[in-house]
Amino acid sequence: MRITGAEIVMKVLLENGVDTIFGYPGGTVLHIYDEIYKYSDKIRHVTTSHEQGASHAADGYARATGKTGVVFATSGPGATNLVTGIATAYLDSTPLVAITGNVATPFIGRDSFQEVDICGVTMPVTKHNFMVKDVNKLADTLREAFVIARAGRPGPVLVDIPKDIQIATAEYEMCSTQPSKKGHNNGVKAFETALEIIRQSRKPFIYAGGGVVSSDASKELELFAEMIDAPIGTSMMGISGVSYDNKRYLGMTGMHGKFCSTKAMAESDLIIAVGTRFSDRATGNKVKFVDGKKVLHIDIDPAEIGKNIPVYVALVGDVKEVLQKLIDKLPDMERPEWEKTVEEIKNCPDSHLEMDKSRLNPQSIIETVNKLVPSDTVIATDVGQHQMWVAQYYKFRKPRTLLTSGGLGTMGFGMGAAIGAALGTGKRSVLFTSDGCFHMNMNELATIANNNIPVLIVVMNNNALGMVRQWQTIFFGKRYSNTSLNRNTNYVKLADAFDIKAKRITEMGELEDAVKEALKENRPYLLEAVISPDERVLPMIPPNGTIKDIILK
Amino acid sequence: MKEEKFLMSMLVKNEAGVLTRVSGLFARRGFNIDSLSVGETLDPKISRITITATGDDYVKEQIRLQLEKLHDVIIVKNMDMKNTVMRELMLIKVNVPQGKRIEILEATTIFRAKVVDLTPDSLTLEVTGDTNKCNAFLEYMVPFGVVELCRTGLTAIGRGKDLLLGEQEANSEE
Repeated sequence: MRITGAEIVMKVLLENGVDTIFGYPGGTVLHIYDEIYKYSDKIRHVTTSHEQGASHAADGYARATGKTGVVFATSGPGATNLVTGIATAYLDSTPLVAITGNVATPFIGRDSFQEVDICGVTMPVTKHNFMVKDVNKLADTLREAFVIARAGRPGPVLVDIPKDIQIATAEYEMCSTQPSKKGHNNGVKAFETALEIIRQSRKPFIYAGGGVVSSDASKELELFAEMIDAPIGTSMMGISGVSYDNKRYLGMTGMHGKFCSTKAMAESDLIIAVGTRFSDRATGNKVKFVDGKKVLHIDIDPAEIGKNIPVYVALVGDVKEVLQKLIDKLPDMERPEWEKTVEEIKNCPDSHLEMDKSRLNPQSIIETVNKLVPSDTVIATDVGQHQMWVAQYYKFRKPRTLLTSGGLGTMGFGMGAAIGAALGTGKRSVLFTSDGCFHMNMNELATIANNNIPVLIVVMNNNALGMVRQWQTIFFGKRYSNTSLNRNTNYVKLADAFDIKAKRITEMGELEDAVKEALKENRPYLLEAVISPDERVLPMIPPNGTIKDIILK
Repeated sequence: MKEEKFLMSMLVKNEAGVLTRVSGLFARRGFNIDSLSVGETLDPKISRITITATGDDYVKEQIRLQLEKLHDVIIVKNMDMKNTVMRELMLIKVNVPQGKRIEILEATTIFRAKVVDLTPDSLTLEVTGDTNKCNAFLEYMVPFGVVELCRTGLTAIGRGKDLLLGEQEANSEE
């Protein structure tokens, strides 16, 4: 069958089971968009207000569903607008395929209208990228892009297709490609050593990261913890990988982690790190972090082993498989003494910091939403204080229910992510955001309204850039340089302009009814909750610090 | 950890942008390249890159692991410098008037260099060898007035059975 390059794009999407794509049309993707029009019964295209929103939506779609996200943009500014979204996906290892148009091959390199070397631009933030210069290679290149995006540690891949390649025709034959499961050879010795140090350890601590979520290894992780009788803490990306209800789960560790989790980790003699890369936000001082401990590192990416933390032994591979292998080999263990210590840490007051409930406060807002939505509701966040509060106070019970920009820390990620999640799951998603982040991508309210996407947007408005302000409070003598926003945005009127229902609340007494009201209909809603700019994220371990430096008040 | 010079050989797909991907990776991870040479292999679809860099064991291992993640990289190996033949080629142009060239020609013979161009005012010499030899020759030539210098950077090949795409180490898990 001889078809155009533009149609080949559609065919390969279908081969890969893609039914939803995000994007924004433009001059160099006209031919692709013509096919999107023709294939609209098979593939749903969601047009956003801005390409950045589309890239975050594709990312959120991928995180919530486990499928590969797909985003389209035109050349030049369309392509560069994707970059933040691609980088966000790269840092959090989300499978994403970005397809951009470019000027026709004879015009490349001549600074033509809307020409940009997007492969050059995205080289450091993609697993790989391609420019297709021969229509006969288009189908295979796209297939390869999907394989690369999913293989090993997932990540974004960009395919740049010049306009003339979209118009040219080539033979197309359907074919399905599966990522080859590249087995990792850890050697008998590493495996034996791992089993040995687990047996020898008196105080093991399981530190789980985003790899547990992306490899769907929650069940294995919980079983593993049960067998070796160890507590579990997570990085922020690991949240939702372990159910809040698991009695072994102590919460997030790190800079703003729960006291009990960070403390138990510090007290342990063996850290079993599962699908995590020891970000500086999670470890604090890297030398003291591992002082007197052994580290067993399980990760799919060999380059993560020893990158940030020296390890005693590493097992490279898909964490689900590696955990299963360990489970098969390990006897049931009991460590009553360690269990008792952990229990004590868990029950100490520092592990249960509460916010001032006499006023409308983030904890109560988060807990109220938590109480009123089903446990499989996907929660998206932006970045900053509210993100940490969600990580601390929301009780996640199902994997893939927290979408947050962990690595890149992208303000404005949440709006797109919530859109992608709602469309991917077919259910309402909730976006917790702040006044600062909301303003970054509020243009996507139009996308939410136009497509009637059920997203509950909770804007915690403190009239400030709270996290930066908090640092200014602690480290910069309260010199609040450009963090007091006082924008006077009328959120209710703004939402109304987009035809979205909204409400503003300022008192505790209004909270529960307002959330109930917001959830009444399965349609978009914006709830502005006014909070104090002086609310802080606690506990806090200053950068490069340890549990000894923890700030609790 | 001790910093030392190390040498890395890799096979990569001979495609546009590969060199940028490889060198870009060094730059963004904060590692410096001391020298780099690249050329086609017997298979025109594959190129071989030789890189020398300086760093401790951490840097050495991280670079290898990060390079291996690049889609276009087929294999990377940290070469054992004791069991590797290493060569670079250097061209030196020296401005020396006629009649003052005896010493230079003498050195050229001793270093097994070659005269590759000769004009009334200048001599161009070619020397091949490992880095130490090239440096020694250069040092000797500087007082005569070196006006231009080009070095290819080191290229390297393992001795005897030491092949880049050698048999994979057999070491099974269970």
